[in-house]
Amino acid sequence: MTTAIGRPIDRVDGPAKVTGAGRYSADVPLPGLVHAVVVGSRIPAGRIISIDTRAAEQANGVLAVLTHLNLPKGGSVPPLVPSLAGAAATGQTFFPMQDEVIHYAGQHVAVVVAETLEQAEHAATLLRIDYAAAPFVTTVEQGREQAYEARRIFGGFLPGRVERGDVDAGLAEAAVTVDLGYRYAANHHNPIECSATTAVWQGDRLTVYDATQGPNATLHTLAELLNVMPSHIRVVTDFVGGSFGCKAMIWDHPALAALAARHVGRPVRLALSREQMFSSVGHREQQEQQLTLGADAQGRLTAVRHHKLSPTSHFDDWAEPSLGVASQLYACPNYQGVYRLIRANTMTPTFTRCPGEASGMFALETALDELAERLGLDPLEIRLRNYAETTPGDGTPWSSKKLRECYRRGAELAGWDRRDPRVGALRDGDTLLGWGMATSAYPCYQPGNPQRARARLYADGSAVVQASISDIGTGSATAMTQVAADGLGVQLERVRFQYGDSDLPNTAAAVGSAGAGMVSAAVHVATTALRDQLIAQALADPGSPLHGADPRQVTVAEGRMALRERPDVGETYAALLQRAFMADAEAVGTWNPPPDTSGGSMTFGAQFAQVAVDPDLGLVRVRRLIGVFDAGRILNRKTAHSQLMGGMIWGMSHALLEGTRMGPDGRWANASLGEYLVPVNADAPEVVVETVESTDTVVNPLGVKGVGEVGMVGTAAAIANAIHHATGKRLHRLPITIEDLL
Amino acid sequence: MERGEKGTTQNMRSISYSRVADVATAIATVTADPDAAYLAGGTTKVDMLRIYAEPSQRLVDINDLPINHIELQPDGAVRLGALARMNDVAMSPIVAQRYPLLAEALVLGASAQLRNMASMGGNMLQRTRCSYFRDHEAACNKRVPGSGCSALTGVNRGHAVLGTSEHCIAAHPSDAAVALSALDAVIHVQNRDGHHAYAIDDFFLAPEDTPEREHPLQHGDLITAIEIPPLPMARDSLYLKVRDRESYEFALVSVALALRVEGGAVAEVRMALGGVATKPWRARRAEHALLGRPATHEHFLHAAREETADAVPRSMNGFKIELARRTMVRALETVTARGGTP
Repeated sequence: MTTAIGRPIDRVDGPAKVTGAGRYSADVPLPGLVHAVVVGSRIPAGRIISIDTRAAEQANGVLAVLTHLNLPKGGSVPPLVPSLAGAAATGQTFFPMQDEVIHYAGQHVAVVVAETLEQAEHAATLLRIDYAAAPFVTTVEQGREQAYEARRIFGGFLPGRVERGDVDAGLAEAAVTVDLGYRYAANHHNPIECSATTAVWQGDRLTVYDATQGPNATLHTLAELLNVMPSHIRVVTDFVGGSFGCKAMIWDHPALAALAARHVGRPVRLALSREQMFSSVGHREQQEQQLTLGADAQGRLTAVRHHKLSPTSHFDDWAEPSLGVASQLYACPNYQGVYRLIRANTMTPTFTRCPGEASGMFALETALDELAERLGLDPLEIRLRNYAETTPGDGTPWSSKKLRECYRRGAELAGWDRRDPRVGALRDGDTLLGWGMATSAYPCYQPGNPQRARARLYADGSAVVQASISDIGTGSATAMTQVAADGLGVQLERVRFQYGDSDLPNTAAAVGSAGAGMVSAAVHVATTALRDQLIAQALADPGSPLHGADPRQVTVAEGRMALRERPDVGETYAALLQRAFMADAEAVGTWNPPPDTSGGSMTFGAQFAQVAVDPDLGLVRVRRLIGVFDAGRILNRKTAHSQLMGGMIWGMSHALLEGTRMGPDGRWANASLGEYLVPVNADAPEVVVETVESTDTVVNPLGVKGVGEVGMVGTAAAIANAIHHATGKRLHRLPITIEDLL
Repeated sequence: MERGEKGTTQNMRSISYSRVADVATAIATVTADPDAAYLAGGTTKVDMLRIYAEPSQRLVDINDLPINHIELQPDGAVRLGALARMNDVAMSPIVAQRYPLLAEALVLGASAQLRNMASMGGNMLQRTRCSYFRDHEAACNKRVPGSGCSALTGVNRGHAVLGTSEHCIAAHPSDAAVALSALDAVIHVQNRDGHHAYAIDDFFLAPEDTPEREHPLQHGDLITAIEIPPLPMARDSLYLKVRDRESYEFALVSVALALRVEGGAVAEVRMALGGVATKPWRARRAEHALLGRPATHEHFLHAAREETADAVPRSMNGFKIELARRTMVRALETVTARGGTP
């Protein structure tokens, strides 16, 4: 058997990306293509009194101005279900331009279609919209008084309250408690590629080129919103320029593009502007968390009480699940988690990389640091004393867990035991240095539907393997090529993985760090099925040297089947097919995921950070980030480590830079890359990434636990803990900025 | 092309472009047309046009004009042609040796790509980064005089605390202009009637009740050069820029400083502040407080407090006052510690 899996193969789509040959959804050239521009509401609440479209309609090149008064009617809005379920996945249960009511600033109120983008943009400036403004709530501060406890959150998938044991009794028996309030700014995703859809109708059949994490999610959502049969829709996603959650759910712009295309009878491209990305595709909600920990004198947790308060939209009870991983990570018998929500004039928040894990673990992992300090324990030691050997909820075994090995290796890389643990003891001139650490964990979510792939081997021994998944920049196309090569037993160079098309065998959206696990499962099942089919054909073929052999004794390497004990006895796939006058052979593989295992199956990690703080100027610069992760099997060491490194740098950004500020007018005030700060190369520290491979036989056939998000989880807490080690300051807000340290 | 019932057609805003090769033609072309404007590096102008923050224009490209040289004058002054690129000036040995604070300010500004495009003259005219200035939905006295100032009660963490008025608190964005302010640079301007020279302090205007007026230039005036007088002590100078992000971000606070300490006392000092004021802010109060006094932490702190005594904090930017003090002290101590040898 070849061993393509794990190797640090260069990206198969790399040359197309760096040469500009790759076509993204707004690059697709179509004859007769015209351009749509959306217009967002200026006010966060109220209604439209009038829209004067005359000047816009008469502007050069304008084909149509659509508003709530003339938008063609479509179907109905499906319920909000995460796209991992594999069905329709609307980002919010609200579709705009149905009436004059305004629910949030930036709500799409008009679509202008013109021959060129510039003409459409210009015509959009000619619209005259009069609003009647109404009182609004857009922040926690404004809505605190009207908060309510959510019955369910996250598309109804999670309960609003989780309890085990008796948290009051646990706190009463504690020798030490900490009770801390945390505040978090809202975040936006800001991928390089803004969301875009190109829609073209041929009769009653629709083809959509969409920047999406799930071509099938787009397909099923459009089917419902447009009332078109799924069989009549095809969604193509050749390249995606990053997403981080903003393309995980399907917002209104693909449907608006399709409606506009049908209205003007031409292919329509609708690309959101950078500014519109801040009010069209969801966000990580602003939030507050209150965390109370109780521990006995040895540092063992006796109680965890974790409450969250955050604004959601008027349509959906959405909160990112900040309490989830933080409730499952440590052995603690008494737990209470409660989500409280505020009805606000924002759109429904959505998945943003580490949705909940990053914010909840920031609280837990910095609070544990404080608890350790109170008890005189090393931060690593308190985590080991609370190490959960089985899942804290029902005590079932973990599907795999090598967190202890991650701690050990990370501490070794950081020189953790050799550092001077006293606050303010480490200096570099006038600069204060500090080390901090935190645990990372991310659930292994399972898709809700069977995952399928198709494998076809040609008579020359080359192969095409297909699945509908899009590669959002993670490297999944490369990893799946490796999985397919090993499954078939052919050389990597002879395999092409075809993806990003809803006409291909069905997969769920690549979300929740689950893409590699679920699609590799389908590809593995399909390719090994084809391999077994060809072996069976050889064994049944009197002309084959393998005729009549025991199938269990046959192995395949480099496209040649042979007896394990007698490698000289065998033949190639090509010889077998050619002798039988077969041009190709094909198999479809279906992988039925196990029931959701996220409670007992996680990716783990240990993260360490060294910071340098200029105490006079309040400047924090991260010098080193170290992360050691147990992510199950690694499919491609290069792309996996890039994912983990990117997650860690994003964690640093979450800690020190990123925050969307809501203005008093109810609009995001820094909706641009000039003012919403993401790190530049000069901010990136030395990053050390290692993986500890574990064998997991529960999550999926190859034991892939996922690397998309876990790298971010513990970074912010490790940095905040390092800032405390350097300065003695405990900071309970994100991002941490200069004014917090002056 | 005409459409519509009334036969009227709304043309797209027209932006025309022409290229000129000499100063006289450039000035004549722009002066003759109230809708015309000079186009140099375009790094601000094109942005402003793209976001519809400026009206239709007839752009006159002046990049071919022979005003891009960096020259040492016989009297020891350095003359920067208005079309010299930020990077060219930063990398020029003439500038780097004589005025390190200017070279550092330039290198710490924008990004490498922008510095390769942006001209020195354009840098003097760059527009504020106040988000309300660029936001059509917001009130902004700078964009639409009399419409109000959204920043006063809005998100104003990045806004000015010095030189503000009730009409505008937008911070001036330039780093280079801060260093040039400390250097007493002179802005040379040409127009149809001849040549004018503005002391840099007179060139940048505080908003007062006309925030739309940022400088004294009239339509058709062309910046041709920036002249920096000789200043030997500037050979030991620095530009200290404090910001959230390590690169490609505007200053929260910056300090341009040239300092000469003799016998333990301040013999000469030039200091200017960026990021905290509505114009490049010459720190004259601090200079006055420092001159002749011992070069010690206490006196530095005193001078920094003097400079910010009249600062006006808003809801989110009060920290800038303390940060400005500390940054001034840091700059003064850093140059003092070098002991006068660059």
